[in-house]
Amino acid sequence: MKLKFLILGVFLGVLNLHAQEYFPKNDGVKTRNTNYTVFKNAKIHVDPQTIINNGMFAIKEGKITAVGKSINIPANSTVVDLQGKEVYPSFIDLYTSFGISKPKRAENGSQPQYDAGREGYYWNDHIRPDTDAVANFSFDSKEAEKLHKAGFGVVNTHVPDGIIRGTGMLVALTPGVTEGDRIIDERSAQYLSFDKSVQSRQSYPTSIMGTMALIRQAYLDAKWYAGGNADNKDLALEALNENSDLVQIFATDNLLNELRADKVGDEFGIQYVIVGSGKEYQRLDKIKESNATFIVPLKFPEAYDVENPYLANQLSLEEMREWNQAPANLKMLSENKVPFTLTTHSIDAEKEFKANLLKAIEYGLSKEAALAALTTVPARTIGKEGKIGVIKEGAWANFIITSGDYFDKETTLYENWVQGYRTILENMDVTNITGKYDLKVDGKSYELSITGEPSKPKAEVKMGDTKIGSKLSFQDNWMNLLLSSPDTTKTEFVRLSANVPESTDKISGKAIMPNGTETAFTASKQSDAEKKDDKEKKEKMHTVIPVTYPNVAYGFTQKPKQENVLFRNATVWTSEDEGVLENTDVLVKNGEIVRIGKDLNAGGARVIDATGKHLTAGIVDEHSHIAASDINEAGHNSSAEVQMEDVVDPTDINIYRNLAGGVTSIQLLHGSANPIGGQSAILKLKWGESAEDMIFEQAPPFIKFALGENVKQSNWGSTIRFPQTRMGVEQVFTDYFSRARAYESQKKSGEDFRKDLEMETIVEILNGERFVTSHSYIQSEINMLMKVAEAFDFNINTFTHILEGYKVADKMKEHGVGASTFSDWWAYKYEVNDAIPYNAAIMNEVGLTVAINSDDSEMSRRLNQEAAKSVKYGGMSEEEAWKMVTINPAKLLHVDDLVGSIKTGKQADLVLWNEHPLSVYAKPEKTMVEGVFYFDIERDGKMRNEIKKERNELIGQMLKAKNNGIKTQPVTKKEKQRVHCDLLEKVQ
Amino acid sequence: MKSVYNYILIAFLIISGNSSAQQTPAPEQSEAVTIVGATAHLGNGEVIENSLIIFENGKLTQVMDATSTKMQYRGEIIQAEGKHVYPGFIAPNSTLGLVEIAAVRPTIDQDEIGEILPNVRSLIAYNAESKIVESMRPNGVLLGQIVPRGGLVSGTSSVVQFDAWNWEDAVVKEDDALHINWPDAFSRGRWWRGEDPNLKPNKEYTEEIQKLEDFFNEAKAYLAGAQDYTHLPYQAMETVFTGEKRVFVHVDGEKEILDALQFKKDQKLDGFVIVGGYNALGVAEQLKENNVPVLVNRPHSTPEMAYEDYDYPYKLAKLLQDRGVLVGIESSGQMERMNTRNLPFYAGTVAAFGMDKENALQLITLNTAKILGIDDTYGSLEKGKSATLFISEGDALDMRTNRLTHAFIDGRKISLESHQTELWKRYSEKYENQETEKQKEEDSK
Repeated sequence: MKLKFLILGVFLGVLNLHAQEYFPKNDGVKTRNTNYTVFKNAKIHVDPQTIINNGMFAIKEGKITAVGKSINIPANSTVVDLQGKEVYPSFIDLYTSFGISKPKRAENGSQPQYDAGREGYYWNDHIRPDTDAVANFSFDSKEAEKLHKAGFGVVNTHVPDGIIRGTGMLVALTPGVTEGDRIIDERSAQYLSFDKSVQSRQSYPTSIMGTMALIRQAYLDAKWYAGGNADNKDLALEALNENSDLVQIFATDNLLNELRADKVGDEFGIQYVIVGSGKEYQRLDKIKESNATFIVPLKFPEAYDVENPYLANQLSLEEMREWNQAPANLKMLSENKVPFTLTTHSIDAEKEFKANLLKAIEYGLSKEAALAALTTVPARTIGKEGKIGVIKEGAWANFIITSGDYFDKETTLYENWVQGYRTILENMDVTNITGKYDLKVDGKSYELSITGEPSKPKAEVKMGDTKIGSKLSFQDNWMNLLLSSPDTTKTEFVRLSANVPESTDKISGKAIMPNGTETAFTASKQSDAEKKDDKEKKEKMHTVIPVTYPNVAYGFTQKPKQENVLFRNATVWTSEDEGVLENTDVLVKNGEIVRIGKDLNAGGARVIDATGKHLTAGIVDEHSHIAASDINEAGHNSSAEVQMEDVVDPTDINIYRNLAGGVTSIQLLHGSANPIGGQSAILKLKWGESAEDMIFEQAPPFIKFALGENVKQSNWGSTIRFPQTRMGVEQVFTDYFSRARAYESQKKSGEDFRKDLEMETIVEILNGERFVTSHSYIQSEINMLMKVAEAFDFNINTFTHILEGYKVADKMKEHGVGASTFSDWWAYKYEVNDAIPYNAAIMNEVGLTVAINSDDSEMSRRLNQEAAKSVKYGGMSEEEAWKMVTINPAKLLHVDDLVGSIKTGKQADLVLWNEHPLSVYAKPEKTMVEGVFYFDIERDGKMRNEIKKERNELIGQMLKAKNNGIKTQPVTKKEKQRVHCDLLEKVQ
Repeated sequence: MKSVYNYILIAFLIISGNSSAQQTPAPEQSEAVTIVGATAHLGNGEVIENSLIIFENGKLTQVMDATSTKMQYRGEIIQAEGKHVYPGFIAPNSTLGLVEIAAVRPTIDQDEIGEILPNVRSLIAYNAESKIVESMRPNGVLLGQIVPRGGLVSGTSSVVQFDAWNWEDAVVKEDDALHINWPDAFSRGRWWRGEDPNLKPNKEYTEEIQKLEDFFNEAKAYLAGAQDYTHLPYQAMETVFTGEKRVFVHVDGEKEILDALQFKKDQKLDGFVIVGGYNALGVAEQLKENNVPVLVNRPHSTPEMAYEDYDYPYKLAKLLQDRGVLVGIESSGQMERMNTRNLPFYAGTVAAFGMDKENALQLITLNTAKILGIDDTYGSLEKGKSATLFISEGDALDMRTNRLTHAFIDGRKISLESHQTELWKRYSEKYENQETEKQKEEDSK
């Protein structure tokens, strides 16, 4: 694909060289300037690796024609002497919306909109590949000026609206020409994002996983459409197909989404260029593995204003750390050889760009890497290598002229040339008048000292020891100096004026005295200006706080390792027929339970004295919503196509807190916004690992269904989405299952068919390849779903919540479904009026596999207590009660051969309790997943102290920053919503 | 697997037969009751291993060590060896009886329109026949403070007992306290209006406090004057200034608590209570000095900030008590009404994370009684106090062993049945019968 681009680029270049003018001209005769401009004596940064000292280069008709130590100067040349100056290729920003008019926001409505608003396009308004940057573009000279000042010559611009956003264009920031001259490539890239279009209110998708599913489906549909299978015209899909060989740029704004974008790309063989978040350093291994090029915003968090201690308490450790760490992001990317370019899209290019760039360099980014990120990397990324971003024969004449090393704070950017057109930012032919002078005016002698940049000199005047008020201006080589009278009782001024066309040791001009008389003055140079103290230049040392896994409070600096452990002399709750074994040893090796018995030989394993303690299998939570960036896709009444695995959030502190409550495996379920929800993610709580590495690999696929008030949207949301009654809920299922059967037979027939991710999932369900966990409350609906499933010849695997399960336990047993319920929740809505805490006990008594689940990040950390409630309500035996949070949920998830009990050969997911695990007084001391202690109460104690210390240090650093006049931001507290099934649903 | 317990209970239920949805309130105590041999947890920190407890006409007449007495048993004798006796648990800051089903608007009576409503009284809306209220009793929660919600001044609460025909029957302490929702130093933008939903310093904080001060000052002025017109809110403040009505301030932040203490001082308020107190630890000294107790929010909650100790809510009550603050536990929050029956386990969790068990018990008995100002009658098992108590098979702070056999409110032997036990019974019976039928069928084959 890239090769094709290169060829196209070269071809265009050739065309340009031999271009014939064809535009009529009515304001004069047709002229054409084919003269050369030759620059000599410059330090030329050909590219980040190549520098020509005292070099020359020539440009003609917007292109560079020659570069070298010494080049042939054609007769028709004007020559510019750049003695002492440096030339860099001008910068490129691949992620802007430069010159793009703001998309019009759709008007609000009282009800959500479920169908697409555009006709002749895709079924979802947020898929807009047909959007064309050119059609929405007009050159913004104000913004261009800012970009010129920051050193930019070319930007890629696009309409930043929608999920698939259409094509962007590569445009040169050339002043005073037409758009036709500026556009380098009118179809330079296709853009994507996780954000919906503001131009449409269409509900779907309401979630990140919905967005990912939609992108996947759009790709599949485009392929199918390309085969000529559709009856209708779909301009969006046509455009998507046309755009498929462009560079694909995916905009994200957080680290997890960066990795998610890459995941979708991988599935379709597309390598996205990813617009990042500046937090890539927090998970560098995965970032590197993505093989993507990153467009990183040159933006760093500001320090927080922590003067008020009460406000400071509301600041998360994560936010504080990011302030300290983020400036080192680019250095770390560079060191790890992750290709990246920079973007100004979230900053003020004029004011913040250079300062932030210098900050990154201060934090260790090399100048070469910085220059590459602004020139060659973006050029390569957009398929314009050798055409932009270099000073090389055949490239566009896009370059900047500076007073010295660009990456030096004091350096002045004189000129920014784009396509051979010059923008003067500072006069570079300014005479250097700095120095110490003996100034003689009207017979009086002053000591004049001029310092600073030649273009912005500052004066200090003394007469003997008395300081004289003065004001110096120096423009177009004319010096104007205003001197106040040494007699402070008078407000009188002497005005001096002199033309200084070139460096001289003697400036002479005219002086106008307070009384109006004119006289001559001279200033004889005594010495050069004193060099500024080099103190400032000294490299500042920055201590960057080490990244932890995850990079939040209680993250690990060093990920804990798998250990071989012998638990000695514990009370072992096997959750098997063996029951509870007193004074028993359990040996763990290589992440597995290898032996259970008395007086076992440790054989090199670490021995943990568990005398008086209880060892159990790790708790399995069948119904959890922790560790997720999103819960509900509410845009459709079925969202079978969405995957919770797409939205796992490994940084959620609830993972750690759950471990502290003895939980080791969870089913991360979709919410209950719709009858057919999304696909589950079954996770191992491996705190510190990436989202991907937390997936419980061997667990079979699951999906969430839901019934009752939530899916009817009884307590919130719209009143226009089908279904609004339980009668309708049945119809949704019957309809989808019937359609899935038809879909399957079409698929099997060998005829062309449109691959439909939703139908694929439902076919899996019908074929028993994907298990259903259904959110359910009242007996009628429970019964209904079993009957519908039976009619389609499959089984419901689990009813979750199932608060009236006790009323139909016999029917459930007959159907062969398990139950995962709350211990004692009720009374929060109408359908839980008959929920009773005896539910679990009755269902267990009837012979169902019963689990107690949490559905809540608070309850999940004390599921042992919830299980114990069935001892109280219904008189269940303790062993049976304990099974409800271990082996029973493992059975419901079909992972009981791996976890859920203490049995030889099983994964070593274990909890060591200080007390009887069903007692309110019990707390986990150690929690192990596959032989790794992810929670240890002693280590937790140490971490608390470290966190306190770290917060203190960071607060100290921020106070210091504020004291040094660095801009701070106010503390705001970001709230993470606590989610469970009954408090869900994003308002549309 | 069937436990013997289960069989016994089902048998008991079958014998006792069906009853109506709402349990009939118990009649006045007609004869003395003697409880023998139980471990008595007095609620004041003391334990009597082998106790003798006698009560008559609703009052405790004897609470003593059975091993060292030859006291005559009186009336009904309950042999309770191996069992445990506790004073009835008290649930402060509750909306029990004000809301039945949280998602069904017609059943909600907790939040009236208006900012400052001292005249709004929870008592008259309290539904003594609430199915949720009756579900408290099987867990030992026998009393509660019923509190209106919302606004700056939510209204006036009352303390009730949980076995009554109507609210007049239920009342233990009428109009016991005024409830103030202290303004937050932080506020959150209304995201649905496109405002930043993050918590930010509240610009109106000072203004809100001023509003409160103005109201108190105006009310004082009104009450000192001729009162020639009726002003319901000002009149409702009279007992606040006389000290009869306590002032409960619902507040979590450290700064806000300090400001509230200043308000107490400025307004010369007695009987001042902090409710919630998430960050009260930082101002424990000042609370102690000012003699201000804290009703900490239920320990079964998650820490607000990720950097906080995972067990912070579990141990907050202990940390405050260690610093000399009088502490009780309240259970407001998500699903607060139905969750109030878990009050004993909240205390149990505090004990799990470091507090002595008898001290933890005080968090839901005598401490709370003191905070509500009903400790002359309730909150502990002491001679002369109300016979509001229950007997549990085991440790009542542990769900594993909290199994009530008897409960008494003011000496009245109350039902431990509920809508829920009835459903339990009905469906257990259904399946029992199915089993029997099946057995019969098999036998006849």
